[in-house]
Parts: sequence; C-alpha cells; structure tokens
Amino acid sequence: MERPEAEPLGASHSCQTGEAEPGTGPAEEEPGGAAAGTMMEDCLSKKIEITVSEAEKRTGRNAMNMQETYTAYLIETRAVESQTEGQCSPPDSLWRRYSEFELLRNYLLVNYPHIVVPPLPEKRAEFVWHKLSADNMDPDFVERRRIGLENFLIRVASHPIICQDKIFYSFLTQADSRLKALNATFRVKNPDKRFTELKHYSDELQSVISHLLRVRARVADRLYGVYKVHGNYGRVFSEWSAIEKEMGDGLQSAGHHMDVYAGSIDDILEEEEHYADQLKEYLFYAEALRAVCRKHELMQYDLEIAAQDLASKKQQCEELATGTLRTFSLKGMTSKLFGQETPEQREGKIKVLEEQIHEGEEQLKSKNVESREFVKSAWTDIERFKEQKNHDLKEALISYAVMQISMCKKGIQVWTNAKECFSKM
Amino acid sequence: MPHPLAASSSEEAASELTPSPDLLLPRSFADKDLSLPNGTPVDTSSPASSSSLLNRLQLDDDLDGETRDLFVTVDDPKKHICTMETYITYRVTTKTTRAEFDLPEYSVRRRYQDFDWLRNKLEESQPTHLIPPLPEKFVMKGVVDRFSEEFVETRRKALDKFLKRIADHPVLSFNEHFNVFLTAKDLNVYKKQGMALLSKMGESVKYVTGAYKLRSRPLEFAAIGDYLDTFVLKLGTIDRIAQRIIKEELEYLLELREYGPVYSTWGGLEMELAEPLEGVSACIGNCCTALEELSDDMTEDFLPVLREYILYSESMKNVLKKRDQVQAEYEAKLEAVALKKEDRPKVPADVEKCQDRVECFNADLKADMERWQNNKRQDFRQLLMGMADKNIQYYEKEKNYKYLPSTLLIM
Repeated sequence: MERPEAEPLGASHSCQTGEAEPGTGPAEEEPGGAAAGTMMEDCLSKKIEITVSEAEKRTGRNAMNMQETYTAYLIETRAVESQTEGQCSPPDSLWRRYSEFELLRNYLLVNYPHIVVPPLPEKRAEFVWHKLSADNMDPDFVERRRIGLENFLIRVASHPIICQDKIFYSFLTQADSRLKALNATFRVKNPDKRFTELKHYSDELQSVISHLLRVRARVADRLYGVYKVHGNYGRVFSEWSAIEKEMGDGLQSAGHHMDVYAGSIDDILEEEEHYADQLKEYLFYAEALRAVCRKHELMQYDLEIAAQDLASKKQQCEELATGTLRTFSLKGMTSKLFGQETPEQREGKIKVLEEQIHEGEEQLKSKNVESREFVKSAWTDIERFKEQKNHDLKEALISYAVMQISMCKKGIQVWTNAKECFSKM
Repeated sequence: MPHPLAASSSEEAASELTPSPDLLLPRSFADKDLSLPNGTPVDTSSPASSSSLLNRLQLDDDLDGETRDLFVTVDDPKKHICTMETYITYRVTTKTTRAEFDLPEYSVRRRYQDFDWLRNKLEESQPTHLIPPLPEKFVMKGVVDRFSEEFVETRRKALDKFLKRIADHPVLSFNEHFNVFLTAKDLNVYKKQGMALLSKMGESVKYVTGAYKLRSRPLEFAAIGDYLDTFVLKLGTIDRIAQRIIKEELEYLLELREYGPVYSTWGGLEMELAEPLEGVSACIGNCCTALEELSDDMTEDFLPVLREYILYSESMKNVLKKRDQVQAEYEAKLEAVALKKEDRPKVPADVEKCQDRVECFNADLKADMERWQNNKRQDFRQLLMGMADKNIQYYEKEKNYKYLPSTLLIM
C-alpha cells in the first residue's frame, strides 16, 4: 500500500512540501528560515520512511531479575528512493521497547540542550502494580502509543539538526545502538538522592492518577446505565396502572419516583467531574515536578562533565611536565612513534593547559555554587509543594466522600417514597 | 447436623421412598416425633421454618376473619443420590384440625414430580377452578445448577406458596388428592393405585378441543381475558427491565472491583495521604459486597415471583378457555333442541346438565377470580415493597461504609 510521505501528526510543516526552493521559505518564518529551508531538504525524513508498524507483548526478566511483561514495538525503515522507483524493497526492522525510546530522548536532551526535543507519548509504569491494572497492555493504549512513538521518530527525523545524529540513526537501524552503554556514560553519577526519589515518585503518581481517572470514568458510565434503566419502570408502571383498579394509583405514583431516580444521576455525575478535575490537576503537577528533577540532573551532569574535563586536563599537564605517560593515549603513542616534540613546543602546551585549568577551576567553583543554590531553593519549594498537595488532595477526598454520602441519601429518599406508594397499592 | 443439601446415603433415600416392612418405624417414629406442641414450627433450628412461620402469619392477615384450620409448609430440602438419578426432596408439614384428616399433624417428604402429579390431578378433578402454578419444570442442565443453594431455595419458596394457595382455597383444600399428597407415607403406591376420585363434574368435563364455537362471552369474562392479556405483557416487560438492571449492576460491580484497589496502590506511594486513600479503597470494597447482595436478592426473590405470576395468568387463561367451551357446548345443544319442535315442552336432561355445568363453572370461576385479584394485589404489594426495601438497605449500607474515610480525613 502506498503510504503518504512521513508527516508528523497535525503538522503543516514546510519541510513536507518538498517544493520550497532555497531562499524562498515562507515569509513568516524567523530569519534563517531560508537556510532552514535548505537544510530541511536534507532531513533524514526525506531520505527514509520510518514507521512503527507493530506492537507485541513480551515477557522477560528485568534488572531486578523479576518477571515482567512489556510491549515491544517494531521500527521499520525503508529508503524513500527505492519506493519511487517502483521497487518495493523489504524494510529494515528491529524491535524496541518504550524504555529504549526514553534513553534516546534523554540522550538527545543532554547532548542538544539548546534544541526543543520532541516529546514522547504518555509514560506508563512498565511493571504491573496489581493484576487488575495492567493498563499498559490495554490494546487501545498500545495502539495509541504506537502512533505516538512513530510520530516521535518522524519529528526527530524531520529536525534539521538532530536528524543527523549518529546515535539516532543507529537507534533506527542497529539492534545494538550502544545507547545502553552511552546511557551509562551520560548518566549522572552523583545525583542528589532526594531528586532521584522524587522523580520516581512523580512517575508513579502520574501513572496511578491516570489509571484512577480512567477507571473512574468507566465506573461513572456504568452507574449511569444502572440509573437510567430504572426510568423504564416509570413507563411500564404507568401503562400497568391503566388496567388496574385499586392498584392503579400506587403504581402510577411509584412510577413517577422511578423517573426521578433515573434523572438524579445527571447531577450526581456532574458533581463528580469536579473531583476528577482536582485529580487531573495533580496529574499535570507531576509533570512539573519531573521538570524540576530533570533540571537538577542536567545541572549535575554539567558539573560532573566539567569536573571530569578539568581532571583530565590536569593529568595531561602533569604528564607533559614530568614527561611520563601514565595513561595510554593515542597522542602519546604517535609522539613516541613519530618523534617527540621540542621542549619549546611542550612548554607552550603546558602554558595553554595551565590557563585552561585555571579557567576551568573558576568555572567549576561557580557551577558548584549554582548547583548548591539550585538544590536548596528547589528543595524548599518541593517541601512547600508537598504540603499543598497533601492538603488539597485530602480535601478532594473528603468532598468526594461527602458527595457519595449525599448520593446515598438521595437514593434512600427516592426508594422510601416509592415504597410508600407501593404500600398504598 | 448435616447440611440440608448434603447428599444422604442411598439407603436412607431408599427407605424414605419405599418403606419396606422391616425399615418402617424409625421413619414414622421420626415423623411422629416431629409433631411438636401445637403452634410451634416443626424444627426451630432450621432457619427455613422461621421464615415459613412468617409466611403463615402474613397469610393469616389476608383472611378477613376466616378461621384457618389447615397449615402447610414446605422446607428442609435434601439431596438424594441414587444409582439412576440424583434429586431433591422437600419436607411437607401439615397441621390441621379438620375432620377429613386422621391426624392433627403430618410430615412427609416430596419431590418436584409429586407436586407436578398433584397439580395435574387437581386440574383434572377440579376443572372449573383455577389451580395455582408450579415453578418451571424443566431446567436446562448446562445453564442452571439444579442443585445450587439458590436454585433449590427459590424452588422451595415457590412450592411452599403453591401448597399454601391450595390450602387457602375453600374448595381445592378439600380435594382428596391434596389430602393424600399431604398425608401418604408413600405417594408412589397411591399413584399406582390410580384412585379415580373424580367428581361428577370432573368426569363430565373431559373433552375440550374447541369442538364448539362460542357465540358470545359474558362481559365479565371477556374483561378478565383482556385484562390478563395486557397484564402478562406488562409483567414480561417488568421482567426484562429487572434483568437489565441486574446486568447493569453487575457490570458496574466489575468496574468498582478494579477501582478500589487503585486507591490502595496510590496509598502505597504516599505518607500522609496513605490512610485516607486506604480508607476510600476499603470503602469501595464494602460497597461491592453490598451491591452484590442487592443483585443476588433481586435475582432470587424478585424475578421468580414475577415469572410465577406470568404462569399463573397463563393457567387462568386456560381455565377461561375451558369455560368458554362448556358454554359453547351448552349453547350448541340448546340450539339443536330448539330445532326439534317435538321435544320443546321438555328440555332434555343432558341440556339441563350442560346448563348446570355452565352456571357452576361461572360461579366457581368468578369466586376464584376475585380471590386471585386479591392475592395478586397482596403479592405485588409485598413484592414491590420488598424491592424498594432491598434498594433502601443497599443505600443504607453504602452510606454507613462511606463514613469511614470521612472520620479519618477529619483527623
């Protein structure tokens, strides 16, 4: 089946027109649009067609050697040219799971901090909390996620800068994309434990609240059905009362109460929506929490890289000064093979390094200060947030319980009225 | 004490059904032992008997000062496993001061077949009367468990009602077959003897295949006929609605069962919120229990009574048809006589007999219809009030459960 060229959901991307001539990009675009127009011509999305075509349930063992079920998605890539030429070459394909997409995105976030990196579709807890809550296996969810993941890849492939990233390309084409190994290298080594826990918490909070909201919606739907069917009693009691003598009045008025009962559900459910909204707010708050944790991670990563950099420069300096080679380096080997440098050259190098080291130390100092201040103020706000959250959610739960009680009272009232009518039959 | 539905050994079963001379007295002795001081239920330890006592009291209220002298109860279902088949028997207890009975109290065991036999005999021998319906005879084996507690209890209640209605009937309660049913140790022996105690009326009213065409139906019977047609339709609709409600309730229950635990899961993530969240979860769990009870009650108590009235109405319609036939026969014979001018001064005996039959039938049926209308009114008042009650109880339970998280949250 002929597929239209890869297009992000809902986008009217100038990249996709294919007819934009260099220098005649849409006038509304910011300066550099013309250049961007040219670059867009070279986007990966122009050269290969990317699809996430299938989803499959898998079981395996996770890092803690526990059995888990997860969904794997099939990424297929096909060179665009081969299609237009009328050939239909088989696509290259490989399977990836959601967490691998996350690794890729994290990699992009860290390595292209100035880029607005496309988001991933909804995150859901990979491991199953409760037998009944295996949402990430729900076929509708899996299907929507499949589309979202495909959309993500196409967005990245359509981005003039990050589409050229080698790691991205190998993600699409090589089963072992070294992402996991890379993950180790760009993982933050010494994050503040509290932020790690907070990130974990906010992931789980998002997961549980969205599950709750989904089930609550289904519960409301079913409850609606129960109430509404009772309305049918109203009609049939009315018809029946027409053929009765003494029983007629009682039946008729009872029927009226059944109608009242059936109608009462509309207000009840509308009130419940307010409760759902209160929960939703905290669902979105969880995202904001995550952002703060991410910021800390990035700062920490930055700090660690700077420290690492500084340390290696210091070592290089030392080696040059003492003339010993402590660690293996290609430079060292080549200089051994192709002759040493002159003392002047060496002196020059040492001087440059010393300057850089001095600069680096200053930078590291200020970065450390920045980081400490961030942690302090972030954590103060997080504590404030926690208080607010506990207070708000407690109130929400109370008002929910109150709503339920009032619903019960209404039910008792209606049925008591109906019972009285029946007693007069 | 063995469970009522526990299988009794086949020997016991055999002794209950065909008492051989050797095995006699333990059985009849036991029966005599069950004749407790007047007025107290036969077996106070069995919950079934206290509800049957209540039933009796309720029917007492209905009788407008008539003195009741015949009390019948069906209880104590027991399962019997024999080589050929497995079945249930029910204990039928009678207390009476009527002269037609040799003893003041009886206790026998009967199975559904026996009730069916009784009903057929009554229809044969009292064709001008309305015979109460029995619960449905055939049950699809794969669909319903004939031996489940719920099914047996539902059936027991219906059989109890059946016998009570006959016992309350001024004519049917004196029927010979009814007497034998209540008193005979071994009904099978009696069945085989084929006692033909048909009343004169019964014998003459064997026939009826629409041989005669009715000229005009008296207004009151026509009205009843129309009424029954509509009544049955409405009952059918109510049955469908009730079934639909039960179905919706069960689907609601299914979702609730997933809903509750999610609050628990969330509670596991939290510190301060853990308790209230856990409270909500527990509360939803309790509501599930209450909801299940409500649907079970409706299935077991409400639907069977509705269905029984549909059967009752159908059998009433059949009796009306029979009446029409008797009238048609009379009219046809009368017409035939009118043509023969010679016999005109004297109306032939058989035509007179037909006229008698018609008038008897009409009178009997009219009385029965009135009785039926009254009972119907009582029964439906009770049924619908019961339905309202169950719903009230459900909401009361739910409301009480809901207080839990509220008090916790206020801390």
